[in-house]
Amino acid sequence: MVKAMKWLAAGVLCAAAAGAQAQVNQIKVWAAACANCHGTDGRAQPGAISLAGQGKDDLLQKLMDFKAGKRPATIMHQLAKGYTDEQLADIAGYFAAQKK
Amino acid sequence: MKRRQFVQTLGAGSAAVAGLGLMSGCATTGSGAKVVVVGGGYGGATAAKYVRLFSDHSIDVTLVEPNAAFVSCPISNLVLGGHKTMADITTPYDNLSKRHGVKVVRDMVASIDPAKRTVKLASGGELPYDRLILSPGIDFMMDTLPGMAKPGATDKVLHAWKAGPQTLALRQQLEAMPDGGVYALSIPLAPYRCPPGPYERACMVASYFKKAKPKSKVVIFDANDDITSKKGLFMKAWDEHYKGLIEYRPKHKLVDVDAATNTLKFEFNDDFKAGVANVLPTQRAGEIAVKTGLATANARWCEVDFLTFESKAAKNIHVLGDAIQIAPGMPKSGHMANQHGKTCAAAVVSLLQGKETPSLPIYANTCYSFVTATDVVHVASVHKYDAAQKTMLTVPGSGGLSSAASELEGQYAMAWARNIWADSLA
Repeated sequence: MVKAMKWLAAGVLCAAAAGAQAQVNQIKVWAAACANCHGTDGRAQPGAISLAGQGKDDLLQKLMDFKAGKRPATIMHQLAKGYTDEQLADIAGYFAAQKK
Repeated sequence: MKRRQFVQTLGAGSAAVAGLGLMSGCATTGSGAKVVVVGGGYGGATAAKYVRLFSDHSIDVTLVEPNAAFVSCPISNLVLGGHKTMADITTPYDNLSKRHGVKVVRDMVASIDPAKRTVKLASGGELPYDRLILSPGIDFMMDTLPGMAKPGATDKVLHAWKAGPQTLALRQQLEAMPDGGVYALSIPLAPYRCPPGPYERACMVASYFKKAKPKSKVVIFDANDDITSKKGLFMKAWDEHYKGLIEYRPKHKLVDVDAATNTLKFEFNDDFKAGVANVLPTQRAGEIAVKTGLATANARWCEVDFLTFESKAAKNIHVLGDAIQIAPGMPKSGHMANQHGKTCAAAVVSLLQGKETPSLPIYANTCYSFVTATDVVHVASVHKYDAAQKTMLTVPGSGGLSSAASELEGQYAMAWARNIWADSLA
C-alpha cells in the first residue's frame, strides 16, 4: 500500500513537470530558420536587419513584397517564395512578439 | 523538489528501487533528461544551444568537442587569400556555457553503446544519455589515395577542408612557393562538404597570386564532369579577374598522390607535378558515426528521418550536418547543418517531453562565395518536408543565384558569418 502511494506520488510529479513546459511549436522552429542571418529570435548582429519587435503588418507586407518581386533584394525575393502567405504571416507574428 | 532529494525520500528496500525506475521514466518526459551532443561545429553547437532554448533550459545538455574553439570553414578561404586571419574565423565555446548552460567537455568520443545509451570518452570517462546528437562532420577516405599513407604525406599535401591548423599551414605553403609556381587543387566526386567551396578557394588563391605572385597559376583538377555549383558566376569571375591565372580541368579523378614530389596521379590523365598540391580527398561521415554502424548509405553517409534527424540505424541517436545522406538538392553546408541543428533540437525536446514533434520543417540554405576580396555571389534554396516521400524537397519557384557578383553581397556575406556564428555559438 505504501509502495503504491509512492508510485502515485512520482506519477503526479512527472505529470506536473511535463505540463509546465510549453510545446515546441512549428512556428517557432520556422522562425529559428531565419536566425542564421537575422540573429537568434530575430536580434541581429551588426550588418543584418533585426526582426525582433517589428510591427507584424509591416513585416508581413515586406515579406509579401519580396515574394511578389516588388521589393528590391539580393536574396530575400528568392527565399520568400519558399513560403505560403499564411506561413509568412505566422513568422511575421512570431518576430513581432519578440523583445527588441 | 530536486530529483535526488525525491529519490532519497523514497526510503529503503524495494520501494526505492521501484521509485528509481519510475524516476528514470519521468526523466524521459523532459525535465532533467540528458542530451549529449558530439561535435561542436555548425550542426552540433546549434543543436546544443537550441535544445536548451526550446526546453526553457530544463534539459541537461553536454557538448563533447575536442577543439578549444570553433574555427569556421566558411570564410576560411579568405585566410588562404590573405584577406582574413585565423582570429577572424575563430569563435570561443564559452558563451554556450555562460549564456545557455551547456556543459562543454573538451574531449573526443571513443565509442558509443546504443543499447546502454552511453558514450565513452577518449580520456576514459563515460556519459549517459537519453538522446544522443551526433554532428561528427566529415572524415577523409585516405585509403583511396595509397601514397597518403607514407610517413609525412598528410603533413605535406594538405586538404585544409577542416578549418584549423591546416588552413594556416596551406597559407604558409602558398607564401613559401616561388613566383611562377603552380598551385594544384584536386576536387573529389560529389557529394563532398561545401559544393562551391573549391571554386571559391581557387578565386582566393588566384587573388593572392595576382597581387603577390603574378607569374604563378592555379590549376583545378575536378573529378566531376563540370563545375558543381554556381558555374556561370565562377566562370565569369575567372574570366573577368583571373584570366590566364586559373585553369579548370574537369573529369580528372585523382587515384594517388606522391607527396614527396607533390605529384597528382589520375585515373585517365597524365600525372601532374605541382608547387603546392592541395587535395580534397573523397569524404564520408565522421569516423565515430561510421564506427557506430550509422553510415548505412554506401558505408559513407548516415540515413536519418528528416522530421527528427534520428538515425535509421539506431534509436535515440540523431545525426546531422555534413555526415548525413542528404535529401535531393540539399547541400552539405554549414548553413544547412545549423538548420538541421534546430529541427533536430525541436524534435529531441518534443520527444523527451512526450509531446508531438513539429511536422512540417521548412528551412533555407544560403551560401555566399567570395570571387574577389570584396565581391561575392550566392546560391539560395528553400527546403520543405514532403510527408508522402518522407524527405526534404526544394520548394518549386524558390531559391536562385546572384544576378552578378557585388560588393553589397560581400557585406551581406560577412553579416551572414557574424550572425550564424552568434546563432550557433553565442
